[in-house]
Order: sequence, then C-alpha cells, then structure tokens
Amino acid sequence: MIRAVTPAPVRMLMLVTAWALLPATAWAIDPEPPFEDPQLEAQYQALINEVRCLVCQNQTIADSNAPLAADLRREIREMMGEGAGRGEVVDFLVARYGEFVLYRPRFQPSTWALWGGPAFFVILGMVVFARILRARMAQPLEGEESP
Amino acid sequence: MWRYLVPVSIFAVLAAFFYRGLSLNPGYVPSPLLGKPAPEFELPRLKDPAATMGSRDLDGQVALLNVWATWCVGCRQEHGFLVDLAESGGIPIYGLNWKDDRQTALNWLTDLGDPYVASAFDELGEVAIDWGVYGAPETFLLARDGTVLHKHIAPLDEEIWARDFLPRIAEQCGSLPCPLETGE
Repeated sequence: MIRAVTPAPVRMLMLVTAWALLPATAWAIDPEPPFEDPQLEAQYQALINEVRCLVCQNQTIADSNAPLAADLRREIREMMGEGAGRGEVVDFLVARYGEFVLYRPRFQPSTWALWGGPAFFVILGMVVFARILRARMAQPLEGEESP
Repeated sequence: MWRYLVPVSIFAVLAAFFYRGLSLNPGYVPSPLLGKPAPEFELPRLKDPAATMGSRDLDGQVALLNVWATWCVGCRQEHGFLVDLAESGGIPIYGLNWKDDRQTALNWLTDLGDPYVASAFDELGEVAIDWGVYGAPETFLLARDGTVLHKHIAPLDEEIWARDFLPRIAEQCGSLPCPLETGE
C-alpha cells in the first residue's frame, strides 16, 4: 500500500499559510479584548502606532512591552472608550510628554522646517538641475570647454 | 570662486547641524510642564493607605517631588543624597512611589532611610502619566504657588543639586530653608 506522504516543501507551505492565517488579535499586546466597534479599534491601533514610547525611544507604544507603554495604552483606551477623539488624545499626550511623543509631529511653526524641508530641497534640486541643463544646452555641440 | 564656495558652505552648514545634533542627549526630553502649574493629584499614602497625599500637601511650599520605585536602580543610587538633603532640613521632599509593591517599598524605606515627608502610592502609574514621568528617578522642583520650576531626570547628586536646583531655589526665596507662605 502506498502511503500518501506530503512532500516537505508542501508541508512547509501549509505551515506558513496556517501561521499567516492566525487572527491578528493573537499578537495583540493589550490584556483587554479589542474594542467591539472595528472602526474604533482601527483608530486606536492607528494612534498607538504613532505614539513614541519614551522609555525605549525607537519603539511605538504599540510595539513596546515597557510598563509605561502599557499604562499609556490603557489610558488611551479608556479615553477613546469614553468617546475621546484622536485630537483630544494627542493633546493629552503632548501636554504631558511634549511633541517628542508623536512620531508624526504636528504642522506648526516649530516643525515647518521639518515638514517643508523635503519639498524645499526637491525644488532646490530641480532649479539647480534646470540651470545646469540650460548651461549645457547653450554650449555648442562640438564645442570645447575653455580652461 | 562659486564653484568652491557653494560646496564648502553646504558642508559648513551640515557640519554645524551634525555637531549640534549629535551632541544632544536623546534621552533628555524637556518637560512641557516647566513654568506651568503642577498637575493636581491625590493618592493614598504609602505608609498609611487610609490617608491621602496630594497637591494640597505641596501647596504653599517650595518643595521637591521625587518619583521613585524599588525596581529603579538609579533611585537606589540617589537615595543616600536624598536622605542627606532631608537631614539638612532645607527643603521638604515628597515622594511619588511609582508602580511599586507597597510592602517592598516600605521595606526599602526602613532599610535605606526615609527622606520623604510623605510618599504617595501610585500603583497604576496614572498620576505619573499626568506628570509626564517616563523614567524614574525624576525630581520636580515646585514653587510655592505650585508652578513647576525644574525637572531633573536621572539620579540626583551634590553637583546637579548645586548647579540646577540651588540657583532656582535662590530665585524663589533667597537661601534655604524657604520660609513657609504665611496665609495673609
């Protein structure tokens, strides 16, 4: 009798697929169940992914296991559960921890250079590029560069 | 001329930014509370859960609020300095015991000495969030009217005390001990 043995690569594929299909909540970092309203849960997840954990500064509070991150998530959950919007939560955090707590800084005088910088340099680059191009085009095709 | 001046000046600007940026301490996050009224709070006392400690205890005094915990290594490091400071009697030190175990914290004070007039017991860290605490030990210097004059993050010592605290206290009331505000 021939035994049906699944080839190793297929088994591997099945394993990976099963792993990928695990519900995302399996990774949830909070002890509490997610919000019942999926829209609210999405807002909450989006927000905690933009808040810096000040204990481990290159992580968001969504990534971090630091006790402070857990406290902040709990605080944000409570606020959002009571109907606070994104703006209110952000104001709450900035009032206590400063702008640095936001991974996406707000657009205000102190961050104009930050937000505007890339556009400024793109435009500067285009201007320089256009000038070089124009200077080159002004040269005769077979012309020799004078020293 | 321009051919050299432009790259050299771009380099100079970049160098200046990097020199400044790379010498900053990323662990230092200035508190937005500086110069503002300290957040109101009221918590059970560490030593007597039935009693509370809060803004009312701090009112009218130039005082320190020191955030500490037994799990915090830096707190152990600065503890001796706080005990000395308390003994010198210049300024009342209040404690905010942050996310700690009550019995462990009480043992710590018995073993190492208790520099605090009183410690508030913030088990869930809710008051700490209001104060923007992110890494113990943190020490707030408060004015009589409850304004936050200074915040120091990291263990305190003699040098930091003399450099960052004493001048600010002097602005408030000359030399220590600061007289209590007389309710007129």
